[in-house]
Amino acid sequence: MAYTFDFSSLWEYRAFFLQGVLGTLVLTVIGTVLGVAVGILGAVARAWQLPVLAQLYAGYVELIRNTPFLVQLFFVFFGLPSLGFRLDAWEAAALAMILNLGAYSTEIIRAGIEAVPNGHLEAAAALAMSRFQIFRHVVLRQALLKIWPALSSQIVIVMLGSSVCSQISAEELTFGANFIQSRNFRAFEVYLLATALYFLLAVALRQSLAWFGRRVVGGGRP
Amino acid sequence: MTDFSTWDIVRNLLMAARWTVLLSVFALVCGGVVGVAVLLMRSSRRRSLRTVAICYIEVFQGTPLLMQLFLLFFGLSLTGVEVSPWTAAGAALTLFTSAYLAEIWRGCVDAIPRGQWEASSSLGLSYVEQMRYVILPQALRIAIAPTVGFSVQVVKATAVTSIIGFVELSKAGAMISNATFAPFTVYGLVGLMYFCMCYPLSLYAKKLERTMNVSR
Repeated sequence: MAYTFDFSSLWEYRAFFLQGVLGTLVLTVIGTVLGVAVGILGAVARAWQLPVLAQLYAGYVELIRNTPFLVQLFFVFFGLPSLGFRLDAWEAAALAMILNLGAYSTEIIRAGIEAVPNGHLEAAAALAMSRFQIFRHVVLRQALLKIWPALSSQIVIVMLGSSVCSQISAEELTFGANFIQSRNFRAFEVYLLATALYFLLAVALRQSLAWFGRRVVGGGRP
Repeated sequence: MTDFSTWDIVRNLLMAARWTVLLSVFALVCGGVVGVAVLLMRSSRRRSLRTVAICYIEVFQGTPLLMQLFLLFFGLSLTGVEVSPWTAAGAALTLFTSAYLAEIWRGCVDAIPRGQWEASSSLGLSYVEQMRYVILPQALRIAIAPTVGFSVQVVKATAVTSIIGFVELSKAGAMISNATFAPFTVYGLVGLMYFCMCYPLSLYAKKLERTMNVSR
């Protein structure tokens, strides 16, 4: 029995696909913004060896980087409620993504901070800049510029990894695809389209991050 | 209702962890073989081969592993081939691993100075001979650390195969958690077991990286 492909039947589900793409995007933006914030804090703690915080972050980074995202997600969604910490699917997915990207970006940004030459810090101190000013204008900007490509690819990896969030029924692209597939039984067509959408999302995300890096992090300079 | 002791949980998880190890090793070995083929195409002198390799790498690095799994699992069965979760998991992880390894190794091949290519071609070596006797032996040395580092990603990636019903550590965790109603303990233990597999690899990769930097 030969199988005939039928992509036209997907058209009536376009709203679900669109909703899925939006869900994945929202999840990615939340995960990126807060995850990088967690990462910057961790990078500072680790690079400047702040007591307690540096050790805590070291443990956190190793723990997250050496366990699968799926298990982190299940732990947050199924495990934490027994500690009285109850989250809905959407919140659990966002939290897991923040925790995951936070650990990776800590390591990436730390490498950038440590690559800033000591002379720059001394020069800034000689100009009577405060500690915060030095960090904000001299250290962080240079560090982020240097590691931006690495951070961008990690963000894309996290976005692609978010497809796993469908397993706790967070409503993103894979969840949408599963839902449509359970209705029209056209599994191959549905997943092929979803895969193509992920691919486009990854390309678009990479481009926007490159643009953001040039414009905002790099301050528009060539 | 039967009671489950912690030992029961640990024992069953450990049994399932064997499949995680086996799948990881399988993916690394097969992915490595396919990866070398993609690498050879990627750095070949023929543009058409290079384009094919670039597309291959882009597609597998630019789409979620879960989607690749679903497509293999549901797609192949449409053609009339019976696909077990084990086949789909093995095939998808091989493709996924090979794309990443090809890209990692290409970086190592590119790190070999041009002079080595020129010297070997002036000795009349063919492309395959150049690769075999001059470039790859040198590239291999710098490739070890990032390859060990990537193997951690492969071990973690195997967790996704639980979604199509392959019973490895994560799937066993989900099943046991459903039976014992102790998700905190079970998923904590599952995480711990992955950690015990991945952390030594991470440490080893870091150590290799350090000794590599000193020797150069």
